[in-house]
Amino acid sequence: MKDETVYTLKKIGFYTVIFTAVAWILIPIIVSFLYGFTSKADYYDPHMVIPHHYTTEYVRVILFTLGAWDGIKNSTIVATLTIIISFILGIPAGYSIAKFVFPGKDTIKLSIIALRMFPIPVMAIPLIILYIRLHLADTLLGVALAHTAMALPFVVLITSSIFSGVSKEYEEAAMVFGLTRLGSFLKITLPLALPGLAAAAMFTFVMSWNEVFVASVLTLTHRTLPAQILSIMAGSSGGAAPDYYKFAAAFIMTLPAMLFIFFARKYLVTMWGITLK
Amino acid sequence: MERKSLLPYLLILPAFAYLLFFVGYPLLQALYLAFTQNGAFSLDTVRRTINDYYFWSAFKDTLAFAAVIIPIQLFLAIVFALLLNKAFKGKDLAIYALVIPLTISDVAGGLIWYSMLSPYGFVNKVLMNIGLISHPIYFFGYQFRSREFLAIVMAEVWRATSIVFIIILAGLQMISKEYIEAAEVFGASYWTRLRRIVFPMLKPSIQSALIIRTLFAMQIFGVVWILAGRDLPVLAGEGFYQLTVIKDYGVASIYALIIAGLSILFGAVYVKFLKAEYLEVMR
Amino acid sequence: MVEVKLENVTKRFGNFEAVKGLNLNVKNGEFLVLLGPSGCGKTTTLRMISGLETPTEGKIYFGERDVTYLPPRDRNISMVFQSYAVWPHMTVYENIAFPLRVKKYPKDEIEKRVRWAAELLQIEGLLDRYPGQLSGGQRQRVAVARAIVVEPDVLLMDEPLSNLDAKLRVMMRAELKKLQTKLKVTTIYVTHDQVEAMTMGDRIAVMNQGRLLQVGPPTEVYLKPNSLFVATFIGAPEMNIVDATVVEKEDGLYLEGSGFRLRLPEDFRGILKDYMGKEVYLGIRPEHMTVKGVSTLEHVSKSAEMEGVVDFVEALGTDTIIHVKVGDNLIKVKLPGHIPLPVGDKIKIEVDLDNIHVFDRKTEKAVI
Repeated sequence: MKDETVYTLKKIGFYTVIFTAVAWILIPIIVSFLYGFTSKADYYDPHMVIPHHYTTEYVRVILFTLGAWDGIKNSTIVATLTIIISFILGIPAGYSIAKFVFPGKDTIKLSIIALRMFPIPVMAIPLIILYIRLHLADTLLGVALAHTAMALPFVVLITSSIFSGVSKEYEEAAMVFGLTRLGSFLKITLPLALPGLAAAAMFTFVMSWNEVFVASVLTLTHRTLPAQILSIMAGSSGGAAPDYYKFAAAFIMTLPAMLFIFFARKYLVTMWGITLK
Repeated sequence: MERKSLLPYLLILPAFAYLLFFVGYPLLQALYLAFTQNGAFSLDTVRRTINDYYFWSAFKDTLAFAAVIIPIQLFLAIVFALLLNKAFKGKDLAIYALVIPLTISDVAGGLIWYSMLSPYGFVNKVLMNIGLISHPIYFFGYQFRSREFLAIVMAEVWRATSIVFIIILAGLQMISKEYIEAAEVFGASYWTRLRRIVFPMLKPSIQSALIIRTLFAMQIFGVVWILAGRDLPVLAGEGFYQLTVIKDYGVASIYALIIAGLSILFGAVYVKFLKAEYLEVMR
Repeated sequence: MVEVKLENVTKRFGNFEAVKGLNLNVKNGEFLVLLGPSGCGKTTTLRMISGLETPTEGKIYFGERDVTYLPPRDRNISMVFQSYAVWPHMTVYENIAFPLRVKKYPKDEIEKRVRWAAELLQIEGLLDRYPGQLSGGQRQRVAVARAIVVEPDVLLMDEPLSNLDAKLRVMMRAELKKLQTKLKVTTIYVTHDQVEAMTMGDRIAVMNQGRLLQVGPPTEVYLKPNSLFVATFIGAPEMNIVDATVVEKEDGLYLEGSGFRLRLPEDFRGILKDYMGKEVYLGIRPEHMTVKGVSTLEHVSKSAEMEGVVDFVEALGTDTIIHVKVGDNLIKVKLPGHIPLPVGDKIKIEVDLDNIHVFDRKTEKAVI
């Protein structure tokens, strides 16, 4: 009997800790979403913990008056460009590391991992000089190129691990039955790797979507969403923005990324396990 | 087996060259901007940086944030990962909830915690309604800088613990269950198993988590800029300020170089001191 | 050393019943092999004895002590795992010393015992290495040394040889058996390999689908299987099973099937009295038959014949397995030596009637 009580207590304790952790993560998100739609009067009423009156006014103002909608468009363009460029460059490299044996491979792989330890975003500061010269400053392509540099090590490592997950024998079988190496890659390996690659793409998207430093440094008028929000909300200069605008902004920024990751959630743990080894 | 060919190198080359350029060019450019004046070597820019009122507090604050935030994150992440490595009902949902912040940018994270901690935010409202306080606690503003520090720590711990958690959890899942069961059979208690088997085998994961987190911590910017502005100067923030407001490219470049230097320094320290000896003899 | 007793042990995982009402006594110092196909519940049984799993119902005793709910560390057991579970971050020495350190042995005693165990397993030279530097066979020896270093009450082994190559497996089989005989530790050994079971076990316990079917010394399980499953699971090539009917004629008792008619001695009449005129399964091991004119059955008192045509010949070198078409049945006959009978030849098979088996069609239990 005593053992059973201890067991039950342990179980209750366990679930309490888990519940607390989950609540700690979820409550701020829920609260900020709620407050993003709360009417001014309810928000400034200290007794109204859970507001009663809601409005979409702030979200609309942020989106259409303060330029967040353009920011969303710009962010989408930058993120898409980043995916395209980093995949064009990254997939061949990942495939090569996964499927070939060649001298110097370990060194190359290690240096890619080492490059990941380099704070590429802050390097946007000196980069701006080159951008001004090349007329890339304040362009979305410029931001995408820098984001590509940031995402590329991840893309190479993720794709290489995805490709090595596809058995070499499938491809060899295809080659035995008459396909070229490129043909067997396109017809066999790529379709099998597709779900993983899609998840990697979402990952890259979110990485670019959330990046603020590079975007703020390299653009002035063509702001991505985080850069735009930062410039209208930031503490010292934009401290004047009323609170509820901040929450509406948080909502606008968070929702798309959360949806994206929701679709890629199956791969989350393994993918980070891979990239961060 | 395979005909000697250049193909594997050709496939890697574009990505590798791209990366080298985007690391190498800005690095050289930054060194040039930092140490030359009108084409000649000069320490003027360095002097200008060091004598800036904000420089040393930016340096100190950045390190202080890292020193406070990272240990808390590591501790929480290990506890969560150990708990969630067991099988129980709702495990998948709990894991998903804990990794949601991975998708949230530091800017958004700052804004979300502002909704918790602002004078009319959730925390103040709850505390006032249950009667613990009669006036709201002010977390923001120049005169409450130590509370701003606390708010940023809370926001960052909340937002970026997930990445540490995921790395540790992935590492735990790679440890074969039989290793732990063997220790159990041979008489080890839960703590002994953690200390002698789980932690040593988790070292590589802890190492990469620390490297990644420290790397990001050195670049801390968005959340500070949103919640405290320059009340609490940080290195990346000062670099941004010097570049965009003062337009002093040289000083801004020095901030970038310092951040890069610190990242590499800490990375090297972790690699040296968290070595997993048993993995090295295998090669 | 201790006696292990399982009483009505049942284990459920959700709706799945992995082990069903198991009763088993393992004698003091005995080498008992739990044998069965994968998924039969043998590993679950072993894990319940180790304490890594807790039975849903039933009790487990070590001697007089009820250990059903004791955690592994309070049971004084040792285990050799299928993957060896030799910790990669500890040297061989530290691996073997681990159980001693946890049990707080004095330093010089640890040193002495580790050396003793290492010597016994012939791995003295590897003590400073990390497992990553060892071969599979060496790692296996480390796992065994670690398991015996504390002198456990019960030694558990979960398919310890399944990851070794064939040659090493045969060698380790003999070595493990010798070691166990020397240490006289009660040992429970899980395997799906019937050759391992036959050669190593003092007794074999055959399991299938969560149930214990038969427990006995290897020869008994081999010669007197109590069910169709045990009969076919043990022995290679597998026992021939053919449909047959028990027929009672004036001149005697017969087993009739497609293409054959075996006359049974009169003393079978009593045993088969409930099956007169009914269908049964007839089981004959390939090695309990011979081909007339090629070789003879030795030490056989009663035999009967059936006719067939050679369909295929497997020459194994030391033995020859002749596939013979008898009516609609394909029957395998194992002959010692190299006997290349031509395919298509008509032959007479002589069956050793002392070693035939008859199984009830419904219960699949052995009648003879």
